[in-house]
Amino acid sequence: MAAQTLFDKIWNSHVVSEVAGQPALLYVDLHLVHEVTSPQAFEGLLNAGRKVRCPQRTFATMDHNVPTTDRSLPITDPDSKLQIEMMRKNCADFGVGLYDLGSREQGIVHVIGPELGLSQSGMTIVCGDSHTATHGAMGALAFGIGTSEVEHVLATQCLWQAKPKSMEIRVEGELGLGVSAKDLILGIIGRITTDGGTGYVIEYRGSTFEGLSMEERMTVCNMTIEGGARAGMVAADHKTVDYLRGRRFVPTGKQFDVLAEHWLTFHSDPDARFDRNLTFNASSFAPQVTWGTNPGMVTDVKSKVPDPASFNDPTQRRAVELALDYMALRPGTSIEEIRLDRVFIGSCTNSRVSDLKAAAEVVRGRKVAPNVRALVVPGSQLVKEEAEALGLDKIFTDAGFEWRESGCSMCLGMNPDILLPGERCASTSNRNFEGRQGAGGRTHLVSPIMAAAAAVAGHFVDVRDWTK
Amino acid sequence: MEPFKNLTGLVAPLDRPNVDTDQIIPKQFLKAVVRSGLGAGLFYDWRKQPDSQFVLEQPRFRNSTILVAGANFGCGSSREHAVWALADYGFRAVVAPSFADIFRNNCLKNGLLTVILKPDEIDTIFGAIKHHDSYQLTVDLPAQTVSDEFGWKAHFEIEPFPKKCLLEGLDDIAMTLAHENEIAAYERAHPVPFTERSATDP
Repeated sequence: MAAQTLFDKIWNSHVVSEVAGQPALLYVDLHLVHEVTSPQAFEGLLNAGRKVRCPQRTFATMDHNVPTTDRSLPITDPDSKLQIEMMRKNCADFGVGLYDLGSREQGIVHVIGPELGLSQSGMTIVCGDSHTATHGAMGALAFGIGTSEVEHVLATQCLWQAKPKSMEIRVEGELGLGVSAKDLILGIIGRITTDGGTGYVIEYRGSTFEGLSMEERMTVCNMTIEGGARAGMVAADHKTVDYLRGRRFVPTGKQFDVLAEHWLTFHSDPDARFDRNLTFNASSFAPQVTWGTNPGMVTDVKSKVPDPASFNDPTQRRAVELALDYMALRPGTSIEEIRLDRVFIGSCTNSRVSDLKAAAEVVRGRKVAPNVRALVVPGSQLVKEEAEALGLDKIFTDAGFEWRESGCSMCLGMNPDILLPGERCASTSNRNFEGRQGAGGRTHLVSPIMAAAAAVAGHFVDVRDWTK
Repeated sequence: MEPFKNLTGLVAPLDRPNVDTDQIIPKQFLKAVVRSGLGAGLFYDWRKQPDSQFVLEQPRFRNSTILVAGANFGCGSSREHAVWALADYGFRAVVAPSFADIFRNNCLKNGLLTVILKPDEIDTIFGAIKHHDSYQLTVDLPAQTVSDEFGWKAHFEIEPFPKKCLLEGLDDIAMTLAHENEIAAYERAHPVPFTERSATDP
């Protein structure tokens, strides 16, 4: 057999039906569902008299709308409340398991999938959410879909998909001290631009990604969509197997050994070919801060806000002008001079225990600057529980951070956690689009340790100066 | 889904790249539990600014059915609400040099045609809108062309399968369920990989 990429292996083993010249009918191993992109899908099933084909492969949680404050209080926003109630009713009516608000395992859908051992190597995983790419860190093919496709998967457990092209992004070497997985992926998006990956599935390869922990790989894969590619993946290795061992939905004993051996086959063959190959050196990455209104508008922390005049392409120049106007930034301003009003540590990109631990190390014994309001939102209730067992909540609250319940929170502000017009935020989330965190709000994307340092300083600082 | 019919309509220009789905439909409208009525939230933040000069706030573009935009239109979130909002507002086709993958898929599922033209062809359209007050385009899907009344015409590519789905208004779920035997056979060979769920949560 010809050499196959990791992507080929998963794709080929999930084709249910294929006719030349048409998309393939792919089987979906795991379908994750949340309250925002599913009500219209369940309504479609109901209207057509259809049922959920595989409830045992379908798992739901509530994350986008949920308050991160005291959960014993009623939800005040009537629209959020309705959506949450619809999720409960749909799950009950269609027999889908739900991690409800009161559940010990509730959390952001892309945090709980791996955490519960639902997301496994070699699987096809979909969810009505573009950050589904996160689960690719497990050596899986995971991508976001729209609500019509959610309905299709609920009804058939399959999807029609035209096969995307494949891209290898190879990074070799060790990241410097203070340079995190977030900086790596932001730096990559800056290099390939926000649509550089459109039409591709990306496999992240090389010693840098091999050296990352599973949670760091999740951060990288999570932001793949911000470079335009629907899916990003890292080959399964011993870290993947160790991560999955003992998790809630992962079989044990002899069955586990058989599975683990199967998982370890999910890597690209040595002479597999990709449609496009890019190579970078880990030493070329520094802590990153976005200055514009898409994640590709990013630069090194020691750098300056760019001048639109330095862009030759008129479309790009105009885009930079519009972005700087929205962000209220003057060309040539040092990134470290940008003062902040808010700091948000959370989201499916950076809300896992290792993220919170790293950020807590930076703030330990320090205080949040008086001009800043700072928020930590753990990705799941299990993350919250573990972080509290480690005493991280205490470190954060002693420093003046607010410590919240789990959810998507200020990443997209569907719940009450939003920026006010004109407020400027250092955020560990994934999108700095106009109004994303609140109408008129200004978002700068950074790593958890960069966000933590910025909260203390009141403006961006190079966290490497603090870790020496 | 309603089949796509050829159309001649007023064209609205949105000359900026990377228009994301947060911009097309801001978060507060994602709390909807039905597909209808989202046109009111289309480009809300841009339309609702004081003295907004946004294209759809200008009377001459209010009844547009074709939107022409910059590259990478529809990037970001997978929210299908973006497509429902465009369609509910009255748009039947979006023309751009490129689209984000998930957005384009979502369009196809809702009978909203995405037309990919070369950047210089898009610039020609932007130019023509400046010169002609009620500039219209005709989109012919079977012929895969976009043309105007002044004799300008451009060809666009579309894969045969989505083209067929759009023209026939196919219901994909029914089409998939016709493969029941193959799906069932696949499932027999690939049992559910999870341990038994506990009776309680979930």
